[in-house]
Amino acid sequence: MSAPQARTKRTFGRPLNFKRGVIELAHGSGGRAMAQLIDELFAKSLNNPWLAQGNDQACLDLPAGRLAMTTDSYVISPLFFPGGDIGSLAVHGTVNDIAMSGARPLHLSAGFIIEAGFPLGELRRIVDSMAGAAHDAGISVVTGDTKVVERGKADGVFINTTGIGIVPDGLHLSGDLARPGDRIVINGNIGDHGVAVMSKRTDLDFAVSIVSDSAALHDLVQVMVAAAPELRCLRDPTRGGVATTLNEIARQSGVGMMIDESAIPIQPGVAASCELLGLDPLYVANEGKLVAVCGPQDVEKLLESMTNHPLGKNAALIGEVVADPHHFVRMRTGFGGSRVVDWLSSEQLPRIC
Amino acid sequence: MKYIDEFRDGATARGVARQIALEANPDRAYRLMEFCGGHTHAIYRYGVQDLLPNHVNMIHGPGCPVCVLPIGRLDMALRLADRDGITLCTYGDMMRVPGSGGRSLLQAKSEGADVRMVYSAADALKLAHQFSDRQVVFFAIGFETTTPPTAVAIQTALAEGLENFTVFCNHVLTPSAIANILESPDVREIGTVPIDGFLGPAHVSVVIGYQPYEFFAREYRKPVVISGFEPLDVMQSILMLIRQLNSGRAEVENQYIRAVSRDGNLKAKTLVAEVFELRRQFEWRGLGVVPYSALRIKQRYARFDAEARFNLSYTPAKEHNGCECGAILRGVLQPIDCKLFATACTPENPMGSCMVSSEGACAAHYSYGRYQAEAGTA
Repeated sequence: MSAPQARTKRTFGRPLNFKRGVIELAHGSGGRAMAQLIDELFAKSLNNPWLAQGNDQACLDLPAGRLAMTTDSYVISPLFFPGGDIGSLAVHGTVNDIAMSGARPLHLSAGFIIEAGFPLGELRRIVDSMAGAAHDAGISVVTGDTKVVERGKADGVFINTTGIGIVPDGLHLSGDLARPGDRIVINGNIGDHGVAVMSKRTDLDFAVSIVSDSAALHDLVQVMVAAAPELRCLRDPTRGGVATTLNEIARQSGVGMMIDESAIPIQPGVAASCELLGLDPLYVANEGKLVAVCGPQDVEKLLESMTNHPLGKNAALIGEVVADPHHFVRMRTGFGGSRVVDWLSSEQLPRIC
Repeated sequence: MKYIDEFRDGATARGVARQIALEANPDRAYRLMEFCGGHTHAIYRYGVQDLLPNHVNMIHGPGCPVCVLPIGRLDMALRLADRDGITLCTYGDMMRVPGSGGRSLLQAKSEGADVRMVYSAADALKLAHQFSDRQVVFFAIGFETTTPPTAVAIQTALAEGLENFTVFCNHVLTPSAIANILESPDVREIGTVPIDGFLGPAHVSVVIGYQPYEFFAREYRKPVVISGFEPLDVMQSILMLIRQLNSGRAEVENQYIRAVSRDGNLKAKTLVAEVFELRRQFEWRGLGVVPYSALRIKQRYARFDAEARFNLSYTPAKEHNGCECGAILRGVLQPIDCKLFATACTPENPMGSCMVSSEGACAAHYSYGRYQAEAGTA
């Protein structure tokens, strides 16, 4: 009697159908379907040695300096908007939060929460866009996670990204360092992102050609840090806009601010859209802007370095830090009066990032 | 923004400010009530008061539709929103006003009620088409400006035979409110609210014209200047009021000639008269029960009247203890006089309606002007 012959057959793996396929609960279950999604989409698109290893974590060699770390979740609606999508936004937003410390961003993680039934083709567009944005920023998405929830329990895709970067020795930028006499600078037009996203909301019918300013700012930051040793702090005015960012810094530093309405750069289309919708552009979100506070001696050098950079062409000096026990941010209006620029109360535009 | 920036020009504003300073008699005070929340907002947002001499003072009037709606009417909307199968839609600010017990429509929404923000009555109609299995109720508020679009929505619903669309009508009338303020004992007898003249409504007057105000000017000897909502409109109207007061005139003048005529928009008025009729009385927050001051849907259109279809009845509700919205809406008190202002009552946690809408005197003062009191820099 001979032993039964071992019979094996190579199984044929049907590739993901990016044309008509949709995400199913199995894609998040930890089984074969999930492995396939990771191989054929995430690892392929975000391609780097850490992902290729296929481990549950990335082991990283870090250069000298202090480690900066941040995390952000992205729930924007709609997922695709003029000038970007949730994928590129999830890179830019987190890179910028790292960069505001003066750090050079190094690596990102990405966690996806996907609603069952979401088209695979759209998911690929998002992941490819994320890969492109990471590549352009010179960083890698080194680890990730995918979860799938039942239909109706999420809105398409939510993404969380965590980022790390290295702050060079001797550099200390912080929101509590603003002092009376310091100058306040912004790198360009305000409100583009919020208006671009809103123009695509289904319940609002208006057509504008405004494109989101979504961009990674770390390169601009490096230039600014090199030009202005007296740079005190940087912050990106995302949700809540410039008004909220200024109030945050004023409170952290225990100072007041006086800004000049006519000095704040804004595109006519954004101003007009805000006028129509009854929004104050000072509270509208940005995704490629930063507010800088800088000692008075260095402000000219700072502005020059910014206007020479593609992401700072419209940089402007918009105001000054003043002593104020109440920590008010005030504004000289173009009309000739003055008013408080207060904290935002309630939500001006939900799900803007 | 051509055609808007011209009305916000700083150099022109300084010119008008100089003229006001020149013509305003330093031996008397000028107490001018801006009726509309739109004016209040512009005055604060652009810092108009900074450009006026100290003896020219603006008193904020009741012309904020969210502010004047009594809690009892909001409670009716809340009861409606809590019913199964109802989708209640309304303008954004209305969702944040606390009703009895501090509960707002926004809170009801987070507890599961289907409450939606819309930008217009037409949006509400669209929702009714979209959700044919639900009863869509448009919670309509506002002065004469927002009434015609509500009338159009009702007529469209009739023409289309829509069975799942109704309007909870809370439209109110400007002239009756002004008459009520002028008749109130505060103004007539005790004299605690000396009002020398009125900045008349802008958008409301586009619809009703300026003829309805001629009676007040004549009868109560108070000058009225119909004023646009841009800051230069406001400044110019203030100058016109000062000139009338200086020469002892009490007339209706029209500063907002680019949009307002004596008779207003006849088509809109006819439309409103076709769909709505006067309520015998209506309660206003701050002013109390004012006779013939609001509209209800005519019998002919009763099937689109949410009050009739859902058998809603009105119960007056108590104001929050200590809330001075009423007195502030009559101009008797300033926001800063209310002990809740900026302490218990803030835009994040509004106790009263004046703190909710950006057109409300308290919200405008809190958001734009409170440094003047707190930092003493006025």
